[in-house]
Amino acid sequence: MVTGQGRIESIVRVWLPVGFFLVLALFPFYWMAITSIKPNAELYNRNVMPLIVHAPTLKHYVDLLTKTSFLLWTWNTMLVAIVATAISLVLGAMLAYPLARMRFAGAGLIAMTVAAIYLVPQPLLFIPLADVINRLDLGNTLTSVILTYPTMLVPFCAWLLLGYFKTVPKELEEAARIDGASRLQTMRRIFLPLCTPGFISAGIFAFTLSQNEFLYALIFLTKTTVRTVPVGVIAELIRGDVFYWGQLMAGALLGSIPVALIYSFFVEHYVAGLTTGSVKG
Amino acid sequence: MTAASERLPALAQAAHRPASLGALLDRESVFSWLMMALPLAFLAALVGYPFLYGILLSLQDRPVARVGTFVGLKNFLTDLRDPIFWQVAINTFVYTGVATALKMVGGLGLALAMNQHFRMKNLVRALLLLPFIVPTVLSTVAWMWMLDPAFSVVNRLLVALGWPRPGPSWLGNPALAMVSIIVINTWRGLPFYGITLLAGLQTVPPELYEAATIDGAGGWQRFRFVTLPLLRPIILIVTLFSVIFTFADFQLVYVLTHGGPQNATNLFATYAFDIAMGAGQLGLGASIALAMLPALALLIVALTIYMRRN
Repeated sequence: MVTGQGRIESIVRVWLPVGFFLVLALFPFYWMAITSIKPNAELYNRNVMPLIVHAPTLKHYVDLLTKTSFLLWTWNTMLVAIVATAISLVLGAMLAYPLARMRFAGAGLIAMTVAAIYLVPQPLLFIPLADVINRLDLGNTLTSVILTYPTMLVPFCAWLLLGYFKTVPKELEEAARIDGASRLQTMRRIFLPLCTPGFISAGIFAFTLSQNEFLYALIFLTKTTVRTVPVGVIAELIRGDVFYWGQLMAGALLGSIPVALIYSFFVEHYVAGLTTGSVKG
Repeated sequence: MTAASERLPALAQAAHRPASLGALLDRESVFSWLMMALPLAFLAALVGYPFLYGILLSLQDRPVARVGTFVGLKNFLTDLRDPIFWQVAINTFVYTGVATALKMVGGLGLALAMNQHFRMKNLVRALLLLPFIVPTVLSTVAWMWMLDPAFSVVNRLLVALGWPRPGPSWLGNPALAMVSIIVINTWRGLPFYGITLLAGLQTVPPELYEAATIDGAGGWQRFRFVTLPLLRPIILIVTLFSVIFTFADFQLVYVLTHGGPQNATNLFATYAFDIAMGAGQLGLGASIALAMLPALALLIVALTIYMRRN
């Protein structure tokens, strides 16, 4: 099959379209990366060829890390994402387990409600929520976003975990019940340890969504010290009409790395979660 | 014999002993509601209550940091007389409609291209998903720089290909600004469509294609009469999801254009933000956000019912 014609055909049928989509998907990241290591003299000179770097420099990274609070924003983002994800996994599992395993009046209604809440986009709620956060005196605290991110993540985790829980066979739980274990013991000691892959999937998605969140962080966090990366980058690296493109691109690249790393480790879980058709697009 | 008959009533008694707290907690309904109480209370407090409070706000004249006064439907009437509101409505529908169509067609193309045998397929799939997983704000900043008025790399490429200098003003021209936000939204969402549809394609049994080929179907006919009908449920779900979150999009537009130039890219979410957070009119802002509700509710109900059925 390695005839010359077969190879040409495979290039045309496979690599022409796939290559097109790859270039389209990756060019902005390439542009981000090379902009971040170009000296300003090169960035703002229209007479040099822009697609390659002529005199690479790390100046923008040094400036970003020493002259802005980028490291602090990264810490805030991580802290918020991890705590919000943990809360959402716990609360999500508490919703999903009864819905997956128990028979009780109202189960259908609760499942519908959770699914509907999962689909409510933030812009529908941000104005009243801003007022609620103000009245609770939580403005400019990380607590404000740690509390509000789970409003989108809990229904999401519950829905994803519900799907996973239903695929786990019931026999072990039934055996534990016959041996006299209570429902709570059965759930915690027998059932949940079987569901690690489901929790990893839901956890990665929740973490990614937390890192991506912008609207609540923009409204609730207006002080440098409590900002997350997306808000910090937008609010403090764009000063009026002045754009620090080198630093902006360095920040965008560094800010993308945690998500990209986690994603690269768990890409199969991620794709599996995506293709159950239950992820926000 | 006697021993056994003596033991039986004792057993029956034990089974009926309702006094034990453990037994009560072990009832399916009691266990379920206790388990769900905390998450449900959380959602009621931070989703249910804000939602109802938002409706109340939309019926008030409520400047920020002051007490609101009930004004009935006045805010909604103000919206209806506001030409910007109507422009925002049209923008939102155009943005959602065009971006969704592009993502659907492009995503199907991506899925078909990926549904072939070639080396490094998993790596390619992982790379193609990057636009979807990287935080939107950060990739949008990169696009903003690619479309910069003075140093746009897109324009430099166009000029190199013979376009008259200085090239199009992507973010300064109203129509082109709309094109720009649609292109970037499509860029970000297309991998989600592509990879999801790819998973759907991989479930199509090869025998169906073979049977169709034997019956004399060409490539287009196989696609039209075998692939598409089998993909329809997945296409429907992905599209509904994507429509909901494109319709209520905020961050891409806020970062790239702030709704400008001259409101050409202002959407419901960004306009509600301007009025509520910029101008400090919480009541009027809430009414603009709630204007999304009829369309959203329709989509959410449709998708919820559909998801439950499957």
